[in-house]
This record gives sequence, C-alpha cells and structure tokens, in this order.
Amino acid sequence: MNINATIIGQAIAFFFFAWFCMKYVWPPVTTALRERQKKIAEGLDAAERASRDLELAKEKATQALREGKEQAAGIIDQANKRASQIVDEAKEQAITEGERLKVAAQAEIDQEVNRAKEALRSQVAALAIAGAEKILSKSVDSKAQAELVDKLAAEL
Amino acid sequence: MAAEGGLTTSGYIIHHLTNLTYGHLPEGFTRYNGEVVGEGGTWTIAHGTEASTMGFWAINLDTMLFSVGLGLFFIWLFKKAADKAVAGVPGALQNFVESIVEFVDENVKSSFHARNQFVAPLALTIFVWVFLMNLMDLIPVDWVPYLAQQMGVPYLKIVPSTDVNATMGMSLSVFALILYYSISVKGIGEFVGELTLQPLGKWLIPFNFFLEFVNLLAKPVSLGLRLFGNMYAGEMIFILIALLPFWAQWVLSVPWAIFHILIITLQAFIFMVLTIVYLSMAHESH
Repeated sequence: MNINATIIGQAIAFFFFAWFCMKYVWPPVTTALRERQKKIAEGLDAAERASRDLELAKEKATQALREGKEQAAGIIDQANKRASQIVDEAKEQAITEGERLKVAAQAEIDQEVNRAKEALRSQVAALAIAGAEKILSKSVDSKAQAELVDKLAAEL
Repeated sequence: MAAEGGLTTSGYIIHHLTNLTYGHLPEGFTRYNGEVVGEGGTWTIAHGTEASTMGFWAINLDTMLFSVGLGLFFIWLFKKAADKAVAGVPGALQNFVESIVEFVDENVKSSFHARNQFVAPLALTIFVWVFLMNLMDLIPVDWVPYLAQQMGVPYLKIVPSTDVNATMGMSLSVFALILYYSISVKGIGEFVGELTLQPLGKWLIPFNFFLEFVNLLAKPVSLGLRLFGNMYAGEMIFILIALLPFWAQWVLSVPWAIFHILIITLQAFIFMVLTIVYLSMAHESH
C-alpha cells in the first residue's frame, strides 16, 4: 500500500482515455442517436398522419355509402310511385275502355234488337195479311187492309 | 492453494495484496534474500516490503498494465462501435454501446447544467473504465497470479481499483478538473471568495476558509478512497474465501461474487455520478 508514481501514470492514462472518448467516441454515437431519434419522430408523425388520412377516407366512404343508399331509396320510391301510377292509369284506361266497349255492345245490341223487331214486324204484318187473306178469302181490298195491318203492326 | 509453495496463511494473503512494483533501491539496502544492494543502488522489482523503501518514484507495473490495458480495450470497443454508428437499425455492439452512452448522458443531463463538451465523455470513460477494472475482481483470485508465478513474475494484482494509486490517480485527476473549471469558469476571485466568504460572512474568514478547504479536499479523498476501500475489501473477502478447502469455496464465493456484481457496478456508477456533481458544482456559483 505505497503511494508511488503509479498515481501519475494513472492520471495520464485517465486524461488520455477521457480525451480520446471525447474526440472519437462520444460525437459519432450521440450523432447517430440524435439522428435516429429524429427519424423515429418523423416515422411516428407519418404514421399519425396516415392514420388521420385513413380516418378521413373512412368517413368519406361512409358518407358516400350513405348518400348512395339515400339515392337508391329515392329511386326505389320514385319507381314505386311510378309503378302505382302506371297501374292506376292502366286501371282507369281499362275501366274507360270497358265502359266504351260496353256502350258499343249495348248500341249494337239495341241495333240488333231494333233490326229484329223490324224484321219481326214485317213478318207479323205479312203473316197477318196472309192470315186475313185466308180468313176473308177473296173480296177484301188487300191494299186498304194492308195499310190497316201496317198501322197495327207499327203499334206493336 | 494456501499451503502451496510453503506459504503461510498470512503470507498468502499478503502475497495476493502486494503489487508488482518496479523502483529504485538505495545503496546498502539488505534485500529480501539477504543480498546487499551495491554502489549507486539498483532498479529492480520489489519483493516483500521492499516497495515501501522505494519511495514515490516507483511504479506498480501490474496496476498500470491492467488499467491501461482495460482502458485501451474500452476505447477500442467503443471506437469500433462509434465508427460504425448509423442512424438506422443498430447492430448488437452499437446497441450495447448506445445504451451505455445514453445512460451516462441522461445522468449528466440530470445533474450537470452548464455547457461543457468534456464532462459527458469523461463520465462515460469513468463509468466504463472503473467498471472494467472492478470487473477483474470476479476472476478467481488465484488464476492469474498463479499463472504469472509459473512464468516467473513474483507478484500480480489484477484488479487495478484495489490499488490506492489507481483510484487516487483518478480522483486527483477529477480534483484537478474541479480546480481548473472552478477557476476558468468562475474566475479566481469568485473561487477564492467561495472558499473564504461563506458560510459565515467576511468577519470569520479563517474559519470559513478552514471549513471550505476541508470540504474541497474531502472531495477527491473520499472519491478515491471509497472506490479503493470497497474493492479492496471485496478482494480481501475473495482471498479469505480462497483459503477454504477447494470443495467448500463455492458455498461462499458464488454468493459473494453475485453480490459483488452489484458492488462493482454501483461503485463505478457512484464514482461517475460524484464526478459529474463535483464538476457541476465547479461550474455553478453558489
């Protein structure tokens, strides 16, 4: 346990190592550390930005979806409305058409009836005349009697 | 091991605690083997208690060899990492070095607020170097000295921090830095003022000076002796454990070694932190 010149040697070595460390070891390591810190910070920033962008895009997408849905619902509504309108129109048309057909048929029927009546009347007249002729055999002025019979027939 | 070479127990302990000292023996000195040193003295390696006769101008070869060797290992390793330091993904060595550098940097930043480019690398050097020197303590106490003895080297103490010269060499260097920065940052006037005008004002200058001077001197002494004392005591316990029969040593040496891992790290850390604090005080006006 003697104090000797080792103390000086140790001090010299100590200063040398500390100086060397300051000159050649400390700066590159701390520079690398600082740069990495900056890089990581930038990376984190970028990630945050990206996640914000993603959020925004998601929002946009949901909005677009909502709009699309709304539009589709509108279109369907319109289509439904149009469909019922068309059905209504068709119904109306059918009704009027039916009405028209019915009227036409009625008219035709009436016409037919009249025509039949006419035919029947003339036939009845002829039959009556023929009957009367037979009954009265001769002597009857067929002309005057025909007029009478016609009048009769018209009253039928 | 204790019985080997005809050594007594105390002889064994003393042998393990003796440095390999090279120095000058004066004329007429009777050496350990009975020889008398001839005219003009002689430069030689000390045996036994001869080192105390050699005075100040002797050097502990083992301390210098291991401390400088470990220091070179430290700057080699860290320089290697620093040369390849990249901002991208770090390798294993760079990771290791960076974590130490950051640890030291944080400690410096938390207690040292002045601008000084030298303090952080200094703290790093102290931490790693002292740690490495302390780490030598974990090498089983007999291995290296025994090998050296086989090669004809009489003494070899492989833990530089168990040599008071090594620890005081460092703490006195720190002391020199304290004085240098105190004077260069605050100016000689303010430094002397701090030493003499507080805590009790200008009417009690001698008393103030005595108080502050003791305070100032206590810094390097406590710094150096704390490390030395801890490591010396630890080494002593390892040596005492080594005196046990070889089959029983592990019962004590393993727990002590594990505990010692904590001590060597802690002592390196304390040395570093106190250096930072002292230098910080040297930079700041009170």
